[in-house]
Amino acid sequence: MIIINDLAFGYASHKVLSIPQLQVEEGKHLLILGASGSGKTTLLHILGGLLAPQEGTVRIGQTDLYRLSGAQRDKYRGQNIGLIFQKAHLISALSVQDNLLLAQYLAGMAQDRGRVKEVLTSLGLADKLYKKVKALSQGEQQRVTIARALLNRPRVILADEPTASLDDTNAHKVIDLLKSQAEQNNASLLIATHDQRVKDQFELQLNLATL
Amino acid sequence: MNLIILSWNYIRSKPLNTLLNMLLMALGIAIILVLILLSSQLEENLNKNKRGVDLVVGAKGSPLQLILANVYHIDFPTGNIKLEEARALTRNRLIAGAIPLALGDNYRGFRIVGTNHEYVQLYEGSLTSGQLWKRNMESVIGANVAERLNLKPGDTFFGAHGLSVADMEHEERPYKIVGVLGRNNSVLDNLILTNIESVWAVHEHEEEHEHSEHADEPELGSAYESGLPEGDEDAEITSMLLKFRSPMGAVTLPRMINSNTNMQAASPAFETQRLFSLLGIGVELLRSFAYIIIIIAGLSIFISLYNALKDRKYDLAIMRSLGASKTKLFVHVILEGVIITVLGGALGFVLGHGLTEFLAGLYEKSEAMGLTGLVFVKQEWWVVVISIGIGLLASVIPAVNAYKTDISDVLAKE
Repeated sequence: MIIINDLAFGYASHKVLSIPQLQVEEGKHLLILGASGSGKTTLLHILGGLLAPQEGTVRIGQTDLYRLSGAQRDKYRGQNIGLIFQKAHLISALSVQDNLLLAQYLAGMAQDRGRVKEVLTSLGLADKLYKKVKALSQGEQQRVTIARALLNRPRVILADEPTASLDDTNAHKVIDLLKSQAEQNNASLLIATHDQRVKDQFELQLNLATL
Repeated sequence: MNLIILSWNYIRSKPLNTLLNMLLMALGIAIILVLILLSSQLEENLNKNKRGVDLVVGAKGSPLQLILANVYHIDFPTGNIKLEEARALTRNRLIAGAIPLALGDNYRGFRIVGTNHEYVQLYEGSLTSGQLWKRNMESVIGANVAERLNLKPGDTFFGAHGLSVADMEHEERPYKIVGVLGRNNSVLDNLILTNIESVWAVHEHEEEHEHSEHADEPELGSAYESGLPEGDEDAEITSMLLKFRSPMGAVTLPRMINSNTNMQAASPAFETQRLFSLLGIGVELLRSFAYIIIIIAGLSIFISLYNALKDRKYDLAIMRSLGASKTKLFVHVILEGVIITVLGGALGFVLGHGLTEFLAGLYEKSEAMGLTGLVFVKQEWWVVVISIGIGLLASVIPAVNAYKTDISDVLAKE
């Protein structure tokens, strides 16, 4: 469960974001819509513990995200929040397997090759285990980042414009994949996008432009 | 997966850059190591071989040459001194002991030294086989001589005039080997020892060519154990190694000898120190040069890390989003710099020792000086400290930048 209270964020006098109250139940999904510059990414970063809000609180379950110390918040994020970005940011110096092991290591979890293989298999990437990241196609890289986000069985998955650079077919595939994976892991999925194509696939929607 | 593996993978992903930085580092370290190894061994060797010798008395000339020729056996003697004059000096009450030396011949490049048994005791030499010389033309050889020329007690050889290999041989009177000394890393290892009368006998022979037939039967030498041999008034020796009875000797004896006799006195301690201060300028220059290379290596590592991290901003932000704390990223970057410098240092270590061994092999006198690249001296720990220090220094600014990465800002700017 994600609960936001009296959230406010802005640069200087200019207010970017203001959310009095928002609640997403366990296992429910939320689509955050809005044109670019509407504060979608900012909200996602605040939810992910990457960016402290000026006012208000963000709670995930019993944890008040911004009452944790910096290092505690980093660790909490690594273990409970899976982040997916528009571009597939993988560590190109490492193999696919090492990218995922790194995610376990940095989150302070046990390094479990079995789990790595399991997640990659569920995304159809089992044969790419030892491949260098650069040897993968764009779509494969995107799927590896999804695998990475799911690896530590997060309670919340945050995806920022995951479909922006994909064609219609692949956009639907990715959304389906994210939804099914989130359901399998019993995680809440929050997607920020300006992509109208994915609109019909979510019941719960937050349109930032209308605030 | 851990931070070391992570840093190592980044290093591996830029092999050329890494190689350049490592080589720069290795070059600097290697030069410093060569200097450390050579000068420390040289110093140790020089100090070891001069112990127990307070003063060297020989013919007038360069005092440094006198020391190099008679203590270290690497330079040519300054000339000869009269035996009687030397004997008169030994009666001085400030002198506790005097060992006479007669140089001038060699066998295949190894010097033949006429002296008495006290010379062996001075360097704590001990026999591995045979016995010390007693009769004329008996000789005892050092460990290197025995090994290189494959000689053993009972063998005979002809000395050659002069101190270098190519000179003419004294073919009339052979030396007989009666003993071999064990290796003790002193000058003894490379010398052939005999009594002074044998050296005289070889040379007299040349002068009195005609009536030499009856001189061949072995006769017991005089003063082979200690003291000066008996000789006629023309008899000469090359030098005497003196030991003082009291520190007063150091004050009065050199001046007395230099002004009142035809001989010259030189102090090994003073002359070797002078030698080091002369060599020191060159060594210092090379050392500064090596440090400059190391600093450039550090700078080069800094620049490549700094540039690489600009491209790796996203990587760092992603790692933070995956749960890495700021401190972890700081350590990750520091490790990268330290790994490169330590690898460079290790390469430099191998290179430095290899180069020293190579140089020692090139220079024929190096064996006599006990030079080798295959030893470890304590000062080398400094090299380890320096290389880690440079690595830390070069990576601290990039690491601080990594520490300060604003994840949200970097990720939003894609």
